[in-house]
Amino acid sequence: MAEKKSKLSIIVWSGTVDKLYPAAILTSAAASGGWEVELFFTFWGLNAIRKDMLDVAQRQIDRSYEQYAQAAAEAISKMGFPKWYELLAQAKGMGNVRIFACSTTMEMFGIKEKTALADFVDEVVGAATFLERAKDSTITLFI
Amino acid sequence: MSAARTLDVRGKFCPIPVMETSKAINEVPVGGILEVLATDPAAEPDIKAWAQRTGHEVVQVEKAEGYIRILVKRLK
Repeated sequence: MAEKKSKLSIIVWSGTVDKLYPAAILTSAAASGGWEVELFFTFWGLNAIRKDMLDVAQRQIDRSYEQYAQAAAEAISKMGFPKWYELLAQAKGMGNVRIFACSTTMEMFGIKEKTALADFVDEVVGAATFLERAKDSTITLFI
Repeated sequence: MSAARTLDVRGKFCPIPVMETSKAINEVPVGGILEVLATDPAAEPDIKAWAQRTGHEVVQVEKAEGYIRILVKRLK
């Protein structure tokens, strides 16, 4: 049986854990099923993949729900669930997942080197690259 | 039906059961059975969807005491 070629592309704009998890979980499920995945981290999403921000983002939640931040963190920890960035790294290790960082946001945030970002980042690119890579996606999301 | 390997993901939640199944299926021979034990309510529909996509077959699903037992046949 030939596998249907499927591609998931996500613009990861948000830097709070309640949005980073959905992006990471969808990526993991897709990678497990042999999907191609393209992730483009920009704005607060890019901020969250700075090496020194990965764990900070793990504790941050959208302001509308901030009263639940503590409870959510405790629940995640009690579930023994991987951290959002661990899940992404695992997904990358098992499938065809490409992770891009937005060059304009890097400049805005004063990030000079790709080495300041998580090791799972493949390349620093711009919007044109993402559009070209995402144009034949079966699912495209902005999170 | 005897399983070539058992994967125990009881207590793990989506997407871990599918991720682990996807890795473990490569550890059974083609035609062999992978037994997955899970408590996540999404495990059955998710593993079925995963199997359909990747070309493997869920040959049996059985409810046990407090968990579910899913038998996946490696087809390729």
